[in-house]
Amino acid sequence: MSTNSIAEIREQILNENLSLKDIVTDYIATIEDQDSEINAFVSTYFEEALSEAEKIEKKIKNGTAGSLAGAVLGIKDLICERGRQATCASEILGDFESVYDATVIERLKAEDAILIGRTNMDEFAMGSANQFSRYGAVKNPVDTSKVSGGSSGGSAAAVASNMVSASLGSDTGGSIRQPAAFCGVVGVKPTYGRVSRWGLIAFASSFDCIGPFANNVEDAARVLQAISGFDEKDNTSANIPVQNYTEELKQPNRNIRIGVPEEYFGEGLDSEISSNINETLKKLESEGAELVPISLPHTKYGIATYYILATAEASSNLARFDGIRYGHRAEKSSVVEELKEEEGRLREEFKDDQVQLDLALSKMDSALIKLYKKSRTEGFGTEVKRRIMLGTYVLSSGYYDAYYAKAQKVRRLIQEDFKKAFEKVDVIAGPTTPTTAFDQGAKLDDPVQMYLNDIYTTSANLAGICGISVPSGSHSNGLPIGIQFLADSFQESKILNAGRLVELLDK
Amino acid sequence: MSTIAHERFEAVIGLEVHAQLLTKSKAFAPVAAQYGEAPNTQVSPLCLGHPGTLPVINENLVRYIIKMGLATDCSVAPKSIFARKNYFYPDLPKGYQISQFDTPICFDGFIDIELDEYDKRIGITRIHMEEDAGKSIHDQDPYNTLVDLNRAGTPLIEIVSEPDLRTPQEAYAYLTKIKQIVQYLEICDGNMEEGSLRCDANVSVRPRGREKFGTRTELKNMNSFRNVEKAIEFEIYRQIELIEEGGEVVQQTRLWDTTKNQTRVMRSKEEAHDYRYFPEPDLPPVIVTEELLADIKEELPELADVRQKRFMEEYAMSENDAVTLTESRYLADYFEEVVSFTKSPKSASNMVLSEVLRVLNEQSIDIGEFSVTPERLAELVKLKEEDKINSSAMQDIFNAMLGNKKSPEELAKEMNLIQVSDSGFLEPIVDEIIANNPDEVQRYKEGKKQLMGFFVGQAMKASRGKANPKLVTEMVSKKLQN
Repeated sequence: MSTNSIAEIREQILNENLSLKDIVTDYIATIEDQDSEINAFVSTYFEEALSEAEKIEKKIKNGTAGSLAGAVLGIKDLICERGRQATCASEILGDFESVYDATVIERLKAEDAILIGRTNMDEFAMGSANQFSRYGAVKNPVDTSKVSGGSSGGSAAAVASNMVSASLGSDTGGSIRQPAAFCGVVGVKPTYGRVSRWGLIAFASSFDCIGPFANNVEDAARVLQAISGFDEKDNTSANIPVQNYTEELKQPNRNIRIGVPEEYFGEGLDSEISSNINETLKKLESEGAELVPISLPHTKYGIATYYILATAEASSNLARFDGIRYGHRAEKSSVVEELKEEEGRLREEFKDDQVQLDLALSKMDSALIKLYKKSRTEGFGTEVKRRIMLGTYVLSSGYYDAYYAKAQKVRRLIQEDFKKAFEKVDVIAGPTTPTTAFDQGAKLDDPVQMYLNDIYTTSANLAGICGISVPSGSHSNGLPIGIQFLADSFQESKILNAGRLVELLDK
Repeated sequence: MSTIAHERFEAVIGLEVHAQLLTKSKAFAPVAAQYGEAPNTQVSPLCLGHPGTLPVINENLVRYIIKMGLATDCSVAPKSIFARKNYFYPDLPKGYQISQFDTPICFDGFIDIELDEYDKRIGITRIHMEEDAGKSIHDQDPYNTLVDLNRAGTPLIEIVSEPDLRTPQEAYAYLTKIKQIVQYLEICDGNMEEGSLRCDANVSVRPRGREKFGTRTELKNMNSFRNVEKAIEFEIYRQIELIEEGGEVVQQTRLWDTTKNQTRVMRSKEEAHDYRYFPEPDLPPVIVTEELLADIKEELPELADVRQKRFMEEYAMSENDAVTLTESRYLADYFEEVVSFTKSPKSASNMVLSEVLRVLNEQSIDIGEFSVTPERLAELVKLKEEDKINSSAMQDIFNAMLGNKKSPEELAKEMNLIQVSDSGFLEPIVDEIIANNPDEVQRYKEGKKQLMGFFVGQAMKASRGKANPKLVTEMVSKKLQN
């Protein structure tokens, strides 16, 4: 299977009579061969992909093809494509199909990308191991006993096992960078506002970012280039010109200032990862980079702040999944049945006390409330319920100031940390994750341990800045290690440049 | 309920008025906000609460609410934010309503109201923007509640008054004023019966002279100005009676029952929702620049109070006439257009105040639906000014104009009402009247000059309204002089 870049594939189609249809057929064969094990895809559209391949091949030959001609992509199952399922790997969405294309999908299609299927994920993008999915867990292609990471596990694994040339995921607290690190691929979380969220099913609106996975920095840059830019359908998208990512990568700049925060190399970090990252940074230094020790003093509050604000937004964003207009709705008969049973129970319990009985009956749920409760109880998984409850709690009257309002203040402090740091450095570097991919089934019972896996990634989402994870060799356990670079808002070129420098070290 | 008890107490009333804005599209989606269309046809994926959709602020929503703020002397916040109000209901597709919470865009204003015996200034606490919910329809299907989302996402402003109102009559006057202002600004049609203005009232009572407010109840479901007045009146009496009997007012929401003419409990304080307001992350803050503010100020029309004063000065009008003519912006516009064609404000205002208003009342229509254009009415006024018709003919022609499009002059000719000022035509008529009424002639000659009216009336009758009364008077007095 080819691991050529998108540009190389296109070149081969044009000059070496390679057929795009054959390339797609190869991808299909890989999916059919491996995906029963990996479980990266939740639905595939092979026929459409093959017929698109014919059309795009013609365009390549007559010189009218877009920048992504030759690329085959998987799309995380929370980015809407017209007429295709959009379930967020949740039962609550049932067999919901979107009636419109997300802006990123319109842009990918406009650049002649082939969209071959919908990728697996943690339900509503809530999770760090892709174990919370109605379609089952995604396995790590490097070692199938390990998790792929999450929440964009399917998108990472699909790229890592060469089922596609690139994919789109979403990153709310690390959901692109963490699985990219675990699976040994490149993953980019763009600046908040760089890529339109129109058509991205919201988890936490002020954090969510769509971004690409790819086998190399150049392809990631190419996909990012296509999906970036202002969109009038998203009031939070930035009306700021998009840098020319692919062009700037051609002449990578080695003389960059890299900030190394002490807080990213503290307790909890696997010692081998620590030395690996330090080694990589030393090599970059020897090639011309300047390493600048920095401090991001509020890092330690990142996880707590993130889990308060993100769950608060989620509790509201997920309110629309109520079984009324679409998706899963509890059986009417079972709702009626439950209400009858409950009434019967109360009548029995208070048969000698009419006053108590009347009171108890008046407090019973209405059929509508029962329908909501039952539909949502049946439709949402454990982790999603946990976060809805957490988010509802922190917004409740009497608790708002202690949690939500305070967390918002801390969020601003974290933003300030970065602002100060970027006055001195071009990028900030560190490990993407504290450990390599862990065992399937581990940490399932310990949400806090699971949340701590996001320790190096959530800060970027809190601050709204951009980040990338690129492979930085392997651990002695054979699993990939990811190095993360962060840069200030709308400085994607800087993280792509740094990632490219790491790639070049191997060569 | 004794009046004496009533006099010992004083009511404290605050109103929350929702006005549906006349923007072409919805508050946050580029889809038409049309009324009366088939259910669920004025909808986009956003209005249906589809996943992945995002709100986009309608610029006109901001312009409209700022107009209202400026018209009520509010401060306009240079930066305000939207908030989500979270609750579950089938006609609320997103599970939250986009509204404003602790940073309303307009605040600290006032409205002056006029009552028969006094004028009063009512404070405006705040005016904020929000979106409407859809409609739940419970009476069209025996087994199911149906949901129509056409209205979901249409823009509303909520105008919250200070608890400055003391009587149901003040509340009525306040509402009338709000309606007048929104109509003048052309931001809302002001129709309470159709729900484009909605009003909730907070009512409490306290012994006169006491500073501290009593426990309040919130009244809902009042769908006309009169019902607001009646519901508040009922609620004041209910609360006083309760206290007089040794009971206590319980904080609760009560519904006005139009058939029974009373309020009844909807929910108690304990059952009140926790709306979990928090800043809407999908929308950036609303920034109002000095330029925008100046631009909107420029657009503000002349409001009723100012216009009324101008009418009194410019057209030498009585205060009563000016108030009536400026009550509705459209009536005032109509009047001024008639004036522009005639240069005779006096006849124009008489016509509008007596005839036009009479027809509007009889037909229960607004001036916008009135069939006679200002230009045609002006032509009629001109005929009278030029002495071509007399006042009674004017009235007949006006009535005839209602049913067709002919010019007043054409109608006057057809109806044979063009005033005759030809003494050759009038002479025999006057002579005949004098000949036929010797008694009256005798008494007139003896000094009973009031009988002139009788002779003119006879002449009008004989000429079938065409005689120029001035000329007839001249002729009769000349003939009976000696």
